[in-house]
Amino acid sequence: MLEIKNLHATVDDREILKGISLTINPGEVHAIMGPNGSGKSTLAGVLSGRDLYAVTEGEVLYEGKNLLEMPPEERAQEGLLLSFQYPVEIPGVSNIYFLKAALNAKRKHHGEPEMDAMDFLLLVKDKIKKVNLDEAMLHRSVNEGFSGGEKKRNEVFHLSVLEPKLAILDETDSGLDIDALRVVADNINALRDGKRSFLVITHYQRLLEYIVPDYVHVLVDGRIVRSGGKELALELEQTGYKFEQEAARA
Amino acid sequence: MTQAIANKVDYLQAFEPFKQQRSAIDSASLQSLRQRAAQRFQELGLPNRRLEAWKYTDVSLLARSSFERAVLSSVSPAAIQPFVYDGCHQLVFVNGYWAPELSRVETLPAGCILGSLAEALQEHPDLVEPYLGKGASFEDHAFTALNTAFLEDGAFLYLLPGTVIEKPIHLLFISTAKDQATVSYPRNLLVAKAHSQATIIESYVGLEGSYFTCPVTEIVADENAVIDHYKIQREQLKAFHLATMQVQLGRNSNFSSLSIALGGALARTDLHANLDAEGIDCTLNGLYLVKDDQRVDHHIHVDHRKPHGTSHQLFKGLLDGKSQAVFSGKVYVHPKAQKTDAQQSNRNLLLSDDALVHTNPQLEIFADDVKCSHGATVGQLDKEAIFYLRSRGLDEVAARRLLTYGFASDVLEQIKISVVRDHLEQLLSTWLPA
Repeated sequence: MLEIKNLHATVDDREILKGISLTINPGEVHAIMGPNGSGKSTLAGVLSGRDLYAVTEGEVLYEGKNLLEMPPEERAQEGLLLSFQYPVEIPGVSNIYFLKAALNAKRKHHGEPEMDAMDFLLLVKDKIKKVNLDEAMLHRSVNEGFSGGEKKRNEVFHLSVLEPKLAILDETDSGLDIDALRVVADNINALRDGKRSFLVITHYQRLLEYIVPDYVHVLVDGRIVRSGGKELALELEQTGYKFEQEAARA
Repeated sequence: MTQAIANKVDYLQAFEPFKQQRSAIDSASLQSLRQRAAQRFQELGLPNRRLEAWKYTDVSLLARSSFERAVLSSVSPAAIQPFVYDGCHQLVFVNGYWAPELSRVETLPAGCILGSLAEALQEHPDLVEPYLGKGASFEDHAFTALNTAFLEDGAFLYLLPGTVIEKPIHLLFISTAKDQATVSYPRNLLVAKAHSQATIIESYVGLEGSYFTCPVTEIVADENAVIDHYKIQREQLKAFHLATMQVQLGRNSNFSSLSIALGGALARTDLHANLDAEGIDCTLNGLYLVKDDQRVDHHIHVDHRKPHGTSHQLFKGLLDGKSQAVFSGKVYVHPKAQKTDAQQSNRNLLLSDDALVHTNPQLEIFADDVKCSHGATVGQLDKEAIFYLRSRGLDEVAARRLLTYGFASDVLEQIKISVVRDHLEQLLSTWLPA
């Protein structure tokens, strides 16, 4: 589904990603862990098409196509979605209006007709209930005045409506209390259907207790320094990133 | 300077014949009012940019143009159809003159007079003259003086105490300049006595050509009266529109106004609200949309003269192309106006590098126990927000349109008449850059 080959990326001529290679197959959940400043969010940004970054070397194939050549909207329409670490407030645009526009953009891209208004309403009402958000939030401006936890749940709500093939979760656990974390994780898990893939970016092992990954990669200073199974996350929780950071420096 | 003098002569050239023509018809007091206004315009001349209130409004293009006084001309019902709102009492004015054949006033409650000012001046001078020209002062305002000098027709509404008009009243002003540029001077007087209530929509549209609309609207809302006012200015792009609106508010009255302006060669609205009684609630909102070379100005003046008054202002602007806008808002809190609650906000979104906005919110407070705030912003679309929308599948144009729409939508959401709200949402949607 996703093949990252020797990816190098810079921000303002400073190299942040220094040769990342990673393959995600359909249905797999990969976790990327690492200390602050290791390049986790840069990776999410490059994959979703944020224009802050310049790719200087390497390539990314998404379903066999050159992902880096696609504009952000095409990536989304093709099924790659990013759940933001800091979801953006959009004053004056209701959640439901935005989602409908996004869903119809995807359907149009795939040559499908726009969704019937009533069917859409039933769909979003069902999905928003599952993330434990009040139905009234459908009609509020996107993320405006939402609490931190509500914003993260709203991101997961968007994913559940837009049904990506590959979801990138950028620190979706940050700022969540344990109850909200469970709701978010339950909904992510409900989206796991054996075909949909996930790239879960997190600083803490805690999230991975609820969203159990197939693979864990440790990102330090722009490189993956270790990869392993879900047990690697537990190990890191005990030893911290110190050992890996020293190894990277050596 | 010589240019301005030349123009004064131009405008007032039409005054002598007009005066002769009206001398046998109109009351002495009306003729005297016109004479004084013409005299004052003669002294003032067209405003220049050395005057503080006209610093950013350049009338030189207007000064270089010459306009003939517009006359009533015939317009087909089909031509006005795009501007009509269903479910309203409709009064149509062509080039400033009442056009009864296009108007459609349904049964009105007793205690209400609605019609043309020209008619009311003949039939109800006792109701008109105590108010006409009393609110909108022409001492310091050339265009109000000019309007008053040529005052002849427009809309007249008079609500006796306790009268409530359920349906909105739509005053539709149509200009029909063809080959020759014309000027019209609509004059509106709306008087709501105690405990009365009405909703008024004032639309200014043009069918074609270059012309100049110079309207003055005087509104009086007495004790406990409730008036909702909408002004929709969508003149032709080559048109000039220089309007004055003066609102005189009584004790515990409630006045709200929304000014929607789509610009023109130059479109300016001066709105003056006089809160000269206790407990008044006054809301003045606006939305202006300009592109290309259009100009749109709003000059708002709110006078808090007595205690416990509330005034809220929210003006938003969308500017594209090489357009320019001015927002100048002054809230003046007089020494006696304790417990005043005044808020003022002007927010602008620049959609191009060449658009320009001058924003000047001002508070002058001479009372010590008040709650006042003001602020202005000028910004561009948020790049992070554009990326957020794109990353969910909207292309860049759709993302920009949606964000721009979102910026303006809260002003439109306050419109209580659904047919007007739907129409303006449609208008905004068509206006947005594709």
